[in-house]
Amino acid sequence: MLELTGAQAAARVRARELDPRELFDAYRDRAAADELNAFTWVADGPPELAPDAQAPLAGVPVAVKDLFCTEGVPSQAGSRILEGYRPPYTATVVAKLLEAGAPLLAKTNQDEFAMGSSTENSAFGPVLNPWDRARVPGGSSGGSAAAVAAGLAPWAIGTDTGGSIRQPAALCGIVGLKPTYGACSRYGMIAFASSLDQAGPLTRDVTDAALLLRHMVGHDRHDSTSVRFPGPIELPSAEDLRGVRLGVPEELIGGGQDGAGIEPGVRANFEATLRLAEALGASVELCRLPHAPHALSAYYLIAPAEASANLARFDGVRYGLRVDGSRDLESMYMATRSAGFGTEVKRRIMLGTYALSSGYYDAYYGTAQKVRTKIADDFRAVFEQFDFVVTPTSPWTAFELGAKTDDPLAMYLNDFCTVPMPLAGIPAISIPSGLSAGLPVGFQLAGPAFSETRLLDAAYALERTIGFDGSAARR
Amino acid sequence: MTGAPTAYEPVIGLEIHVQLSTRTKMFCGCELSFGDPPNIHTCPVCLGLPGALPRLNQRAVHFGLMIGLALESEISDRSLFHRKNYFYPDLPKGYQISQYDVPLCRGGRLGDVRIHRVHLEEDAAKLIHVGESGRIHGSDRSIVDFNRSGTPLVEIVTEPDVRSPEHAREWLTLLRATLRRLGVSDVNMAEGSLRCDANVSVRPAGATALGTKTELKNMNSFSYLERGVRTEIERQISLVEAGEEIVQETLHFDPAAGRLTPLRSKEAAHDYRYFPEPDLVPLLATGEMLAAASGELPELPTARAARFEQDLGLPRDRARELAFRGELGDYFERALAAAASPRGPDGAQSLANRVEHDGPAGHGRAAAVETANWIPLLVERIGSDHDPAQSNVPPESFAALVAMVRNNEISRDVARDVLTQLVQAGGDPREIVEREGLGALNSSDDGELIVIVERAIAADADAAEKVRAGNLKAIGPIVGYVMRETRGRADGGEVTRLIRDRIGQTPGQPGA
Repeated sequence: MLELTGAQAAARVRARELDPRELFDAYRDRAAADELNAFTWVADGPPELAPDAQAPLAGVPVAVKDLFCTEGVPSQAGSRILEGYRPPYTATVVAKLLEAGAPLLAKTNQDEFAMGSSTENSAFGPVLNPWDRARVPGGSSGGSAAAVAAGLAPWAIGTDTGGSIRQPAALCGIVGLKPTYGACSRYGMIAFASSLDQAGPLTRDVTDAALLLRHMVGHDRHDSTSVRFPGPIELPSAEDLRGVRLGVPEELIGGGQDGAGIEPGVRANFEATLRLAEALGASVELCRLPHAPHALSAYYLIAPAEASANLARFDGVRYGLRVDGSRDLESMYMATRSAGFGTEVKRRIMLGTYALSSGYYDAYYGTAQKVRTKIADDFRAVFEQFDFVVTPTSPWTAFELGAKTDDPLAMYLNDFCTVPMPLAGIPAISIPSGLSAGLPVGFQLAGPAFSETRLLDAAYALERTIGFDGSAARR
Repeated sequence: MTGAPTAYEPVIGLEIHVQLSTRTKMFCGCELSFGDPPNIHTCPVCLGLPGALPRLNQRAVHFGLMIGLALESEISDRSLFHRKNYFYPDLPKGYQISQYDVPLCRGGRLGDVRIHRVHLEEDAAKLIHVGESGRIHGSDRSIVDFNRSGTPLVEIVTEPDVRSPEHAREWLTLLRATLRRLGVSDVNMAEGSLRCDANVSVRPAGATALGTKTELKNMNSFSYLERGVRTEIERQISLVEAGEEIVQETLHFDPAAGRLTPLRSKEAAHDYRYFPEPDLVPLLATGEMLAAASGELPELPTARAARFEQDLGLPRDRARELAFRGELGDYFERALAAAASPRGPDGAQSLANRVEHDGPAGHGRAAAVETANWIPLLVERIGSDHDPAQSNVPPESFAALVAMVRNNEISRDVARDVLTQLVQAGGDPREIVEREGLGALNSSDDGELIVIVERAIAADADAAEKVRAGNLKAIGPIVGYVMRETRGRADGGEVTRLIRDRIGQTPGQPGA
C-alpha cells in the first residue's frame, strides 16, 4: 500500500480495491511514529467526513505545511510566536484539496515563517533527511519533503518563495512544483513574502504533482492576486522530448565562474540528465539570463522587506505568544517579539526594515524591484527561443545538520538557481535525477507563466527515462 | 491687527478623513456599524489574523470616484495601495493600507480652496481606555474594538489656501454639505465619520515663503476647528514676535481646556516605511466606473447656491446658507414647491414655470426670497442642529405661513409668534390665526385700525405735537400704543404711515 503513489492509491480506491479508511489509518500510524520530526501535528483520529471514494482525490490523505491555516488545527508556521495557535478558518488551497476528497493527515514542520533552506530554523526542532538522518532535508518545506520521501504521507503541499518547495524536493529525492504566481490562492497561507509566496505540491512523481496542482489552482475572491488558470491542468503523458528546446543559463551553471559553486557530483548528474534529454529528442543549448546573478541580492531585499511588514501583526495583542513587558506597550512588543521570533526571522525583519527606511528605500528596495523587472525580461527573452530553462535545483546535495547554520550567506546560496523564477513569477519543477554519493540530486525545469501542463509533460518524459528509485528512503 | 507693527497672514491647509457609508468594510465583507456591541463585526481580514488577505471594496472605490469628480479632481486611471507601517494596538496588521505616491485623485477645487489629493485607505480599530480619565494617561488598561477596523476612509488634503479660522470652518461646512449631498458618508464629526486635521503656519502679510507649520489634531467639531486654529495662530504669532522659533510638531487640541498640547515626539516622528501593498493589484479606474460615478452625481451645494442666487434671486449669503446645509436647502425647495403646488400636481415644475413666467423681478422670486428669509427664524426656534423636515413644521405649513405674511393677512410679529407655536405644538397656521383672532388689521378693513390710531394720537398730544414739528423720533410711543392695543396684529410700517397721515406729517417733508 505504501509503495503506491497518490494517483495510484486514488485509482485503487475508486476501483474498490482499497478502503480509504484503511489507507488513512495506515498513513496516520506511520506519521504518528515519525522519527524525522517531519510533523508538527498528526490527525488523532479518522477525518470528520468519511472519505469519498468517488471524489477526484478519492480519500488519499494529504500532509500540509504548518503555515497553511487549518481551522481548529495548530497552524504555527514553525514559530514559537504562534505556538498552539488554532485559526478559525482554513486556507483556500487546503479547503480545495479537502473538497476534492483529500483529508488532512498532518501538518508538516518547516523553517520558521518559511525562512530557511534546511528546516533547521523551526522552533520545533530540525527535520531529518530520510536518506541520511545526519543531514538536512532542505527547506523551508522540509517537513513536507521528508514526509513524502519517507512514505509518511502519500503526498504533501508546501510553499515556495525562493525555492522552498523545489530545493527540499531535490534534497529528498521527490518532485516539487512551484506554480505560476497567482495560480494558487494565498488566502490562509501565513505570509512570508507576499509577492513571491506560492503554494505547490511535493509528491513522489510528476503525475501526482499534476493531480494535486489541478485541485489547487483557481481564482479566489479572497486573494486579489490570484487568477483563473487558463485551461485545465492535464495529467502528463509525453513519452519523449522531441522538438523541446532546453536552455541552460550560463549565468547560473556557468563554467568556473558560477557563484553557486555547484558540487562536482551535482554537475555530473546535471550533465548526464541533459544527455538523457537529448536522447529523448530535446535540443540543449546555452542561453543567457544576464541579470540572474543579481537575483539572490534582489531577493534578499524584496523578501525581507515584505516580511518585515507581514510579520508586524505578531505583536502579542490578539493571538499567539504574549510576554508582558516591564513597563509599557512598547516593552510588551519588545519582550513578545524577542521571545517569539528566532534568529533568522529577526535577521530578516531587520534587513527588511532597513531596506524600506526613509533615505534607503530607493537604493535598496527600489533598485531590487528594478532588478526584478530585468530578470523577468531576461526570462521573456529566453522563452522566445527556448521552451524551458533547466538547471540543477540545488548546487549541493543534502548537507549535514549544522553545517551552514553559522553562515547565513552560505545558506542563502542554496537558492542560487531557484530564486530567479519566483522573482519572475514563472513556474518551475524539480524532479529527482539520480544520486550523488548516495544522496538525491534535483533537476529543475522552468517555463513561461501558465506553462504548467507543458512543464509537467516534459518533466514526466524525463522522469520515465531517469527511472529514479526513491524506495530506499521509505524504510 | 490694525496698528500692529507687522501684520501676519495665517496659511492653513486641511486634511479631512471621511468614513464612507458603504455597507461593508474596505477590505472584507464585515458590516459597518456604529454603537454595536464591540467586536461583533470582525473576520480574519479586519482582525489581521495570520494568512488573511485584503480584497478591495468596489463600492468604496465608486464613492471615492464620486468625491473626486465632485471636487473636480483628476482621476488616476491606475492608482496604487501602499502599506504604511507602524505598531499600535488599534492597527491589527501592523500597517495601514493606504494610498501613497499614486493616489486615486489629484488636484481639484471646492469653492475657493484647491484640493491637493484624494485617496482611499482603511480606518484603524477603536481603542477604549478604561479608567476615570477616559484617556490613555492614567487609565487602568486599554481594550480594542475591532468593529471599526477596516472601515473605508477617504482622505482629502487641501492646498494651503485657507486664510483664517472662520474660513476653515466655513469651508469645512461646504465640504460636509457636498459629501452629504453625494450620499457617501454620514459626515458626523461627533461620531468621527468626518475628522479634520489642520496644518497651520503664519507669515508676514504679503510674504510668499511659508513659515514652519504645525499639525493640529482632534478638532472633532466645527467650533473646535475654529478655536483650535485660532489658538494656534495666536500662539505662533506671539512666538514669532518674541523672536522664537516655531517647532514643527503635532499638537493635540484639548477642547475642555481650549489648549493645544504637543504629542510626544516619539508618536510624531514615524518612519512609515511605505511600500507598495503586494496583496492588492493596482486599482484601475475604467471608463465604465467613471461613467457610473458621474452618473450618480447630484446637484452639489456650490451649484445649488448659484442656482438659488441666480434663478431665485436670493442674496449670496442666504443662498449659501441654505445650499451648504443640504437639509435647509431641501426644506426650502419643498416649501417653495408647496406654495406653488395648489394649482398643479407637480409643485417643483410649477414653481419653475412660475419663476420663468414671472421674469427676473417676478413674484416667484419675491416669494422665494421671502421664504428663504423665514428659514433662519425657523432654525433659531428648532435649534441649529436639527433638520426642519423632522420638526413639527412641515414645509407645507411653513409655506402657508409665509404666504399669509406675503398677502398681508398677518403681520410679521404675529407670524413670528405663530411660528413659535407651530414649532412647539404643530398645527395649521391659518387655523391658529383664525382661532386666536390674529388676522392683520388693515386701514382698508373696517376702520378699526384707524380708530385705534386716532385714539393713540389723542392719548399723547405732546408726542403728536413734536412729530408735527418735525421730530420724527417722537412717533415711537404712539406706534407702541397702537401695537399694544392691536396685540401686534397691525403692520408697523402701515401704522407709522397712518399716524403721520393723521398728524399731517408726511415722510420726506419735514415741517410741511
